[in-house]
Amino acid sequence: MSAPDNYEAVTAGASQDVAKFDDEKKGLIGRFHHALHTTPALVPLIVLVAAIIVFGLVLGSKFFSPFALTLILQQVQIVGVLAAAQSLIILTAGIDLSVGAIAVLCSVVMGQVTFRYGVPPFFAVAFGLAFGTMIGAINGWLVSRVKLPPFIVTLGMWQIVLAANYLYSANETIRSQDIEAQAPFLQFLGNKLKLGGATFTLGVVLMLLLVAILAYVLRSTAWGRHVYAVGDDPDAAELAGVDVHKTLMSVYMVVGFICALAGWVMIGRFGSVSPSATTGVIGNIQAITAVVIGGISLFGGRGSIVGSFFGAMIVGVFELGLRMAGANPQWTFLLIGVLIIAAVAVDQWIRKVSA
Amino acid sequence: MTQPVLTARGLTKRYGKVTALDRCDFDLMPGEILAVIGDNGAGKSTLIKAISGAVVPDEGKIELEGAPVRFQSPIEAREAGIETVYQTLAMSPALSIADNMFMGREIRKPGLAGKLFRKLDRPEMERIAREKLNELGLMTIQNINQAVETLSGGQRQGVAVARAAAFGSKVIILDEPTAALGVKESRKVLELIQDVKSRGIPIILISHNMPHVFEVADRIHVHRLGRRLCVIDPKEHTMSDAVGLMTGAIEPEAA
Repeated sequence: MSAPDNYEAVTAGASQDVAKFDDEKKGLIGRFHHALHTTPALVPLIVLVAAIIVFGLVLGSKFFSPFALTLILQQVQIVGVLAAAQSLIILTAGIDLSVGAIAVLCSVVMGQVTFRYGVPPFFAVAFGLAFGTMIGAINGWLVSRVKLPPFIVTLGMWQIVLAANYLYSANETIRSQDIEAQAPFLQFLGNKLKLGGATFTLGVVLMLLLVAILAYVLRSTAWGRHVYAVGDDPDAAELAGVDVHKTLMSVYMVVGFICALAGWVMIGRFGSVSPSATTGVIGNIQAITAVVIGGISLFGGRGSIVGSFFGAMIVGVFELGLRMAGANPQWTFLLIGVLIIAAVAVDQWIRKVSA
Repeated sequence: MTQPVLTARGLTKRYGKVTALDRCDFDLMPGEILAVIGDNGAGKSTLIKAISGAVVPDEGKIELEGAPVRFQSPIEAREAGIETVYQTLAMSPALSIADNMFMGREIRKPGLAGKLFRKLDRPEMERIAREKLNELGLMTIQNINQAVETLSGGQRQGVAVARAAAFGSKVIILDEPTAALGVKESRKVLELIQDVKSRGIPIILISHNMPHVFEVADRIHVHRLGRRLCVIDPKEHTMSDAVGLMTGAIEPEAA
């Protein structure tokens, strides 16, 4: 073998450092960018705090009171729970259009199982939660095994669930007074805790607990890391040893369960069980809005569940604040539209790691 | 003669009408670096995927240390002690170095926190990750929690090799480890390969880079048209021979 030109010898004089991991000095914007990159919930938190301060200054104590601020929590509890579910799906780079419909159907199932079949309400709720989990499992199976796009699967499931909801309930509402008299457990999450002027319902507590638990699980367990890895790059995750199918199935099932929880929260919030609750039609868009404003990337693998909670809160603050200010409700939608586009623009900027 | 660590006999894999592997044989001896070379489309990748569990061959059998194995997924191959560094590196860009190194084999906290709450033992994982990277003299790590996407190509390659070296107990497969790297970084990875070899773990090295192959390989498996054409000794053959064989310009001597 002829001696090859020893082209590597010339590097002897060069610096021998290979691949150093220095955090090179960055400017203020660079450091801010880095902070956003590591803590994606920071942007919605800043927006939320700013919105509360602005409305507080404009509206004074009418808005800036324990009562009004906890009223916002009550108003966002359903969307907040749905947004938590939606976050999980979007972290896996999917999307779920059926969340609201599943919530409504599960609330109807809980109500009808109690009133039509005379099942004790505790078991009716348990059955409703299991039913939601099952719908989630079907979604998950279609996405993970049959490899259909999540958008298509859940677009179809949304229609199927919504129609099944009307067919099964015969479009009958179960009145609040009847539930209160015969099965108060169905309204359990509507129970109120008063602390000074602040009012928390158990539904709000459930939402806060759910966000806290999911935040812990996503950050500190292997399953949580797998959810991010699958959303980031499913092929890489599979090769690195993640069971992508199992992860997706579990995510969709947990999401079905959480949607059913949202159904239970709905009974607590509205008192009645109504198959024509608007959540079935717009719940999915509200949840996606909260998630997007909360800074979770629609491309998957980035963002935090706490962010989407802040996202839901931002929408709630705008709605109540603008209503108190006597503005045309259309301003709310207009501003939320602006926020959505701004949130995605910020997401794109954060993803530019070379900045 | 010593027993091979890994043998494959008659591996066949078809994709529709295309036969990517055609009754392919393969042998890996203990402690050696075996290079696999071949033209584009010769079926190298499919061969490697069959060994690493990413592809299930239609026919043929694989034996690891004399025991027949039939991997249905990369996870199974990994559990058997075969680690692969894929050309794509198989890393999640948004996650940290430590997260990536322990992907799929996370360590949980001892006691109740780990058992009941399934809490990960981050300090321990970070410690091991840092230790493994340092052990391989790989790099000075400032922040093991840095996202992988903030690393350069060479750094990512280093982390991927370190991951394989840290966990591969029987066989390590490296798919084009130097393809995306500059001269200095390639040198580092080649040293890394020697380092891993000196611990007695055999390595399968897939590469197009002839100088690198001839420098580190003990034997060279020449792959052509979906099967093993021949195995040559880099000390007795030239790079031109190898290129001639893999492109079909030269016929192998009857062995």
